[in-house]
Amino acid sequence: MTIATFPPDPKPEPGWTRYFGFCTDAKVIGIQYIVTAFFFFLIGGLLAMVIRGELITPASDLVDRAVYNGIYTMHGTIMLFLFIFPVLNGLNNLLIPTMIGAPDMAFPRLNAVAFWLVPIFGAVLMASFFVPGGPAYAGWWSYPPVSIQNPVGHFINGQGLWITAVALSGVSSIMGALNFVTTILRMRAPGMTITRMPVYCWTALAAQCLQLIGLPALTGGAIMLLLDLSFGTSFYRPEGGGDPVLYQHFFWFYSHPAVYVIILPVFGIFSELFPVYSRKPLFGYLYVALASFIIVGLGLIVWVHHMFPSGVAQWMRNLFMVTTMLIAVPTGVKVFAWLGTLWGGKLQLTTPMLFCLGGLFNFVFAGITGVMLATVPVDIHVSNTYFVVGHFHYVIYGAAVMGIFAAIYHWFPKFTGRMPYEGLGKLHCLLTFVGANLNFLPMHPLGLMGMPRRVSSYDPEFAFWNVIASLGAFLLGVSIIPFLLNMISSWIRGPRASHNPWNAIGLEWLLPSPPPEDNFGEDVPTVISRPYGYGSGQPLVEHQDDIERRLQLQEATA
Amino acid sequence: MTSSSNRSINTTAVAGLSLWVGVLVVLSHWMGNQAHRWLPVSASTAAPLVDNLFSLETAIGTFVFGAVVSVMVWVILFNRAEKYDTSDAVPVEGNTALEVTWTAIPFVLVMAIAFWTIRAEQQLGTLGPMEHIHLRNPVEQAGGYAGDRLPAEQVEVVARQWSWEFRYPDADVSATELHLAVDQPVTFRLVSEDVLHGFYIPAFRLKQDVIPGRAIDLNLTPTREGTYRLRDSQFSGTWFAANQANVVVESADDHAAWLQRSAAAPLQPGLSLAVEEYALRQASSTRAWATVPPAPPPQVNVPGSPDQPHDA
Repeated sequence: MTIATFPPDPKPEPGWTRYFGFCTDAKVIGIQYIVTAFFFFLIGGLLAMVIRGELITPASDLVDRAVYNGIYTMHGTIMLFLFIFPVLNGLNNLLIPTMIGAPDMAFPRLNAVAFWLVPIFGAVLMASFFVPGGPAYAGWWSYPPVSIQNPVGHFINGQGLWITAVALSGVSSIMGALNFVTTILRMRAPGMTITRMPVYCWTALAAQCLQLIGLPALTGGAIMLLLDLSFGTSFYRPEGGGDPVLYQHFFWFYSHPAVYVIILPVFGIFSELFPVYSRKPLFGYLYVALASFIIVGLGLIVWVHHMFPSGVAQWMRNLFMVTTMLIAVPTGVKVFAWLGTLWGGKLQLTTPMLFCLGGLFNFVFAGITGVMLATVPVDIHVSNTYFVVGHFHYVIYGAAVMGIFAAIYHWFPKFTGRMPYEGLGKLHCLLTFVGANLNFLPMHPLGLMGMPRRVSSYDPEFAFWNVIASLGAFLLGVSIIPFLLNMISSWIRGPRASHNPWNAIGLEWLLPSPPPEDNFGEDVPTVISRPYGYGSGQPLVEHQDDIERRLQLQEATA
Repeated sequence: MTSSSNRSINTTAVAGLSLWVGVLVVLSHWMGNQAHRWLPVSASTAAPLVDNLFSLETAIGTFVFGAVVSVMVWVILFNRAEKYDTSDAVPVEGNTALEVTWTAIPFVLVMAIAFWTIRAEQQLGTLGPMEHIHLRNPVEQAGGYAGDRLPAEQVEVVARQWSWEFRYPDADVSATELHLAVDQPVTFRLVSEDVLHGFYIPAFRLKQDVIPGRAIDLNLTPTREGTYRLRDSQFSGTWFAANQANVVVESADDHAAWLQRSAAAPLQPGLSLAVEEYALRQASSTRAWATVPPAPPPQVNVPGSPDQPHDA
């Protein structure tokens, strides 16, 4: 093979209008996903501000109770189905092909369809704010019979639109998952055996396998819920012989693994970034990679821990307690591996590194409260209280969203060709870390004291911690301002990025910034060593010096 | 020369590490004790079990969290690259012995917690098997009670959107305030007339979903006199947050007197904040999103007082 034609002469930049059309380039789709996700992040965040505004005082005094219930339901739904899943699929689109040296995804058109379903079901969900009776109000779990009560009695109602949007989201995610799994399994660069694959790809593969196994259960459960709501069936209606608890099994069979769909790629991000900014190889690469699949296996058999108080036989409670606690083992392997990577390194505290360190801190805290929640008697006391709300916000915001911000700052130069500003980035990181801890830590004492989640008013003894949580939430609201400023201004007029501004090892860093449409095209380099060869002096690919010299030459003449 | 200097460094390191582990152990022990203070007063036989488990997990968790954060703080302080130093660190690919160690230790730890939990649950039968009985089937009480602990009192709990009704069939009393005798085992039969509700009394550390179409038995023994809150813990619609009731635990004599007094009281509408707020909502002209109308308040002998101060 020859590398004589790589990198190709830079072509004139394609117009920005392609970001608004049906484009099959995974890098365009990736950015479409991420920008769309952040649009909905702002809406979901605004709803969170209303929630915390209502809860800053004990009485239900800011919004009507029905409005509050609609708002917290939509906050959860938007943040999960319209922010976190799309933003992770965006990262998958950007990173998977470039990390494994593929020109694009395996099925580019399917990829574009999967993306365009997001604004469509997003519009369906937003429309529910404007139908008579308002949006769905039964929480993002949407447990029947509350979710099938349909107080307005219209055929078109908020709950029906909600179920339709969630089902469409499932279809979109299944399409995406097929694409990611196929791409990773079939389109790796020559020489990139499965044990030379970057850990991000391992975790993405694991997460997308979970999507393929779990989503059909949720989608089936949701369709039966829609039939109960709109067509008078009684799968879950007790008066017709149905069982409302059955829905909970369908729902959690997917929705617990969904947490791992979210957190596994974030583990991947930590595993990529800690080596770069510690200048050391990932400690125990193979264990970290394989632990992802142990998490997949265990993650599929823990869902009943969400239902300990629902009325479950004691032996099932104990069984699912044990499986849940076992997850601490592969997760611990990863955490210790990251610490091993940091130990004795040469740490560079850049914005992405600070986000990773903050995310790791929050994640370990969430892991400890997670083991508490697995313990049946403790869970019986704190389930459905603010303790759980605090726990999962530490996971989702404290760890996952901070990891996602780390990824965005780290790979921003690669895909935009511009450097983000460090000062604004560090300010963003500080506000996020302080805001998240102020917001979510007080929820734990509240839950221990017995404050149920989803309440629009509460007894006065809970006021103190709620005021602090609300102030933290408002700080989190402010924290997004430096992020948006940074992204917009550096994308427009930030300093030009070289092909490898962080001096990182990986196929994506052997591409120009931004990469050409078909990445390496015909000249995919042959991988000759494991990833993360920091300090070993070993090249990652054949003719690495030639490739880098050409990239530097090209950057010098540009 | 080299070996002796290595040895001296190792001695210092081992001493420092031991000292720090000692500090963490003391800190974890202290946090384990503090954990009891974060929980409401303990007022049932189940509460000490939950509190001790939570305290144990807080102590272990503090140690693990403290150890991880110590490493993070250490590397941030002492393993920073010098300014403008972009060189790589000494590469370490991994260490199988370490991997085995840090797989085995968490495994043993969580299995020990699980074992301890299961044993504690068995010791205390009350936190326990909640048999599901279809409304139309005869009641089957699954065993688990030693003869001396056979529940003396049965209370039927009816959950609605949005009120709680408590019926004492033996005394022919109904109330929207729950009265229990201290140190007296009681069995609740939980039924719902509409949607899922959660029967949750934080001071008792017990919670059980109330599922329409089923009658669920729940056993407990209150251990402390006082007034506590019963909160709906499974989202039940618009006035979910207002669906609370007071629980009064009183001496056996007081309880008997209360039952006797109440049986003679005439029936009147029970407490339902939802009904009051719904009436105001209907009267006001501002429009809001749709809601299911609340069920009328149950007719009871004792409505109870909504403004009674509660201990937890």
